[in-house]
Amino acid sequence: MTQNPSNYVEVRGLTFARGDRLIYDNVDIDIPKGKVTTIMGPSGTGKTTLLKLIGGQLKPDKGDIWVNGFNVPKLKRKELYELRERMGMLFQSGALFSDINVFENVAFPLRIHTQLPEAMIRDLVLMKLHAVGLRGARDLMPSELSGGMARRVALARAISMDPEMVMYDEPFTGQDPIAMGVIVQLIRLLNDALGLTSVVVSHDIQESLSITDHLCIVADGKVMGQGSPQELRSSGNAFVKQFLNGLPDGPVPFHFPATDYAEDLLRGDQDAGFSTKAW
Amino acid sequence: MLDFLQRLGRNALLSLGSLGRAGIFLVGSLLGAPRMKGLPLLLKQLYSVGVLSLVIIVVSGLFIGMVLGLQGYNILVDYGSEQAIGQMIALTLVRELGPVVTALLFAGRAGSALTAEIGLMKATEQLSSLEMMGVDPLRQIIAPRLLAGFIAMPMLAMIFSVVGVWGGKMVGVEWLGVYEGSFWSNMQASVDFSDDILNGIIKSIVFGVVCTWIAVFQGYDSVPTSEGISSATTKTVVYSSLAVLGLDFILTAVMFGDF
Repeated sequence: MTQNPSNYVEVRGLTFARGDRLIYDNVDIDIPKGKVTTIMGPSGTGKTTLLKLIGGQLKPDKGDIWVNGFNVPKLKRKELYELRERMGMLFQSGALFSDINVFENVAFPLRIHTQLPEAMIRDLVLMKLHAVGLRGARDLMPSELSGGMARRVALARAISMDPEMVMYDEPFTGQDPIAMGVIVQLIRLLNDALGLTSVVVSHDIQESLSITDHLCIVADGKVMGQGSPQELRSSGNAFVKQFLNGLPDGPVPFHFPATDYAEDLLRGDQDAGFSTKAW
Repeated sequence: MLDFLQRLGRNALLSLGSLGRAGIFLVGSLLGAPRMKGLPLLLKQLYSVGVLSLVIIVVSGLFIGMVLGLQGYNILVDYGSEQAIGQMIALTLVRELGPVVTALLFAGRAGSALTAEIGLMKATEQLSSLEMMGVDPLRQIIAPRLLAGFIAMPMLAMIFSVVGVWGGKMVGVEWLGVYEGSFWSNMQASVDFSDDILNGIIKSIVFGVVCTWIAVFQGYDSVPTSEGISSATTKTVVYSSLAVLGLDFILTAVMFGDF
């Protein structure tokens, strides 16, 4: 099988389970080249797992994951590490190295993978930091940064090697409105200016829809819908409708499965008791 | 009974699995031996694992040497052979106490720090981010720490023994009045380079490998939560101590046993 050249990532027949729990059940996902693709879905559906599968940190039980012509699960360790040099990933926590300052964090991949002279590394790092608005914070340690700043430094580090694709794991979570606005804008701006392919994993609907070109909604191990935001907004799928409109009840029920309400109340104190389990 | 057997079997399988992972981990780390570019990383780790452990090693060595001098004198003086105190202190330190106590202190000071550091790097996704940057964490993080432990432990054990002998001399010669010439000449006559000093160094190399391996593996294999890291740190100290004491018996039997 070969990959469609208009897609940077193609997932075909992906099946992945953690223990007895099936996370993905024979799913197909396309991530078009040069676009911002958002993977959405309720918490715990395996969105971050999908990024780890694409990055080769996890191996699928079945199926192919094509990234720029390479089938990731079939790659040898050395080939996988070479492919990763062309990917950037922004982790939810930022994952900055806590023992070195902002400048050294961004310079890290350049120092490891290139033989560039120090003066050029300095210029490149300052350019990347300038792109995320933190050139002035180059001497700060990660512990001195706010959550939003740490994520922007991590973004500068993720693009320091000029990758072809950047994956963002929940970039909007826990951000104040200003920091969130900055990150939303940066994702779009960097994608267009650097000609990247961007994959954003999120469940923040408004922020994601404002920048995304391609949307993929996953739940219960399946792809509930994928296409442009307009296509999905007009989709007849009940789950997609509930998710995009944030409705409290629908295919995903409001109530956790339980016995009949009236029957439960009439049981009185039969199963009332105190938990003696200490913390 | 059936439940007990089931639990026993499951625990045995888990332990074997863990041992297998630890073996693959060690081989993977050693194959990712640092290139010249990795030398600064190794030096940094040698400083944090070795140099920063010096205070506890020197102070402990000094006091243990002083106690050996005191106890040795009290016993030997009854037989009129207090002149042999130098020989007793040196052999005890070089053969046994130097490597063993250094390894136990190393596990508590440097081993637990290594486990906590690597565990926290895992919990804060720093190891994952290295992988996604195309950098092998075994080469970048683990290998320099392993090598630093391998190199630092024998040196620390030697420093411990030297300081211990000096502490013993302070008590025996300066305080209790043993003739200094006998102290040194008895030591010189009885301590053999290959039988005693070399065997002691071999012991400390083995302990260094085991303690550092346990420490970095426990950190790398820890559950990335606060409880997970706390449990991994405890395991490092407990497993290292037991391994050092068990291996010490085996090595002593092989090196000094007459059979």
